[in-house]
Amino acid sequence: MLEVRNLTKRFGALLASDGIDFDVREGETHAVIGPNGAGKTTFISQLAGNLVPDAGRIVFAGEDITRLSAPRRARKGLGRSFQITSVYPEFTALENVALAVQAQSGHSFRLWRPARSDRSLIEPARKVLNDVGLSSREGVLAANLAHGEQRQLEVAMALATTPRLLLLDEPMAGMGIEESQRMIDFLGSLKRSRITMVLVEHDMDAVFRLADRISVLVYGRVAATDVPDKIRRNDEVRRAYLGEDA
Amino acid sequence: MLSRRLVLWSVFVVLLLALPPVVVALGQPFYIDLVRRIMIFAIAAVSLNLILGYGGMVSFGHAAYLGIGAYAAGILAFYGLASGWLHFGAAIAASALVALAIGSVSIRTSGVYFIMITLAFTQMLYYLGISLALFGGDDGMRLKTRSRFPLLDLGDSLHFYYLVLVLLVAAVYLTHRIVSSRFGMVLRAAKSNEARSRAIGFSPYAYRLLAFTIAGAMGGLAGALLANHTNYLTPDFMHWTRSGEIMFMVILGGMGTAAGPVAGAFALLFVEELLARWTEHWQVILGPLLILSVIFFKRGLAGMFYKPDA
Repeated sequence: MLEVRNLTKRFGALLASDGIDFDVREGETHAVIGPNGAGKTTFISQLAGNLVPDAGRIVFAGEDITRLSAPRRARKGLGRSFQITSVYPEFTALENVALAVQAQSGHSFRLWRPARSDRSLIEPARKVLNDVGLSSREGVLAANLAHGEQRQLEVAMALATTPRLLLLDEPMAGMGIEESQRMIDFLGSLKRSRITMVLVEHDMDAVFRLADRISVLVYGRVAATDVPDKIRRNDEVRRAYLGEDA
Repeated sequence: MLSRRLVLWSVFVVLLLALPPVVVALGQPFYIDLVRRIMIFAIAAVSLNLILGYGGMVSFGHAAYLGIGAYAAGILAFYGLASGWLHFGAAIAASALVALAIGSVSIRTSGVYFIMITLAFTQMLYYLGISLALFGGDDGMRLKTRSRFPLLDLGDSLHFYYLVLVLLVAAVYLTHRIVSSRFGMVLRAAKSNEARSRAIGFSPYAYRLLAFTIAGAMGGLAGALLANHTNYLTPDFMHWTRSGEIMFMVILGGMGTAAGPVAGAFALLFVEELLARWTEHWQVILGPLLILSVIFFKRGLAGMFYKPDA
């Protein structure tokens, strides 16, 4: 589904992505972990099209997308959620999700009919809000949602674009224990419905519960890619990362 | 909510409909001209609000379209063409084309650069106007003939007044439809959070450019009306202070609201008129008044009437 070869990104003297090779198979949840500053966000930004790599290739569903802009990638089925909540604060929760539905339903050069009463946008949006558990809050401005709810909305917007591959950049960031638990359960249900996901996450509990495979990023390089059990026992990984945490 | 707004708008329109007979009865027909001028500027402010208030594009050159609209009508009249359809059609088409050209360059920039580049383009047009000796150079010129419409005489104060009123209501309604449509949602979303818009698959450029072009076209209409109103046109229509004035109407009235630009145009030009009658140093008083109003009405005058949803 996704093939990354020799992805390289340099910021001045800092090699943020140092020849990354990375694969995501159809239907799998592939987690990316690594210590702070390992280049996880740089990596996902290149996948999403917000950063242009200096070298390397990104192939998505058989097509080279290395040079495509973020909106074009999104329309091809790459959905992403942001580490720092990025919603439309002055729109309601429902409007936020409806916009994401609209983004995938052809061009928007329709200037006359009100979007707010457009059932082809509102109904799919309601369904996604219901899936993430925000139904009761659909009329609330995103700015007035609690932090955890905004995180849910963040994921809902990525989902509403019906992505073929979902890039989740620390979906649990800043969440309380209970909220995290609910988010993990929700992502678990996505996983069971065979949505392909790349999950960048600090929360090891979440990663080991959700991931089919884990790639460990250290200093911009993939130190290891394997199934969770093997990653847990991998010496290099322990030294580079888990050891620091434990 | 909507019905409350509708009631307020209806009251406002009825007042404007009733104004001419009332002021004539009071022996103050001068007010017809004043309100007509205000409504013309309100149309310009409504058009700027589409890109400034809803699109987040701080265009500091909106007077360009007033000028282009005025010159389009004036130049056609100069060559003896009097058809109002032609005047207004040319004003709208020319402004739209120029807005398309200016927008296609300036929308690639943002922030201060966008402000400066729209200002620079308008200054170029201003100096172009000054250099057009055939059309009066920096003195400008009288309209050879007002725009002529069947059944409608723009030389007649009342005819013209009601035409402007109808066009103002149409401009407000059109803008309302646009900003509530799918297109408008994309425009407002891109203003709210561009990164998010791109991440879900919107490329804002083309949407912004179309909005910019529509706003230019509407500004051109206001320009053709203004030339007919003053029966005169000068490059001063395009002066940067004029752009600033229109922008101020939008900010004073409330950016991104339907009523804002209209309220702003009425407030600013009425106060200006009253002060100017009282003292010739009216600008000394207007300046601090404007500063105070921006400090105390953060959401603009329209913010007093309705609160944001939820």
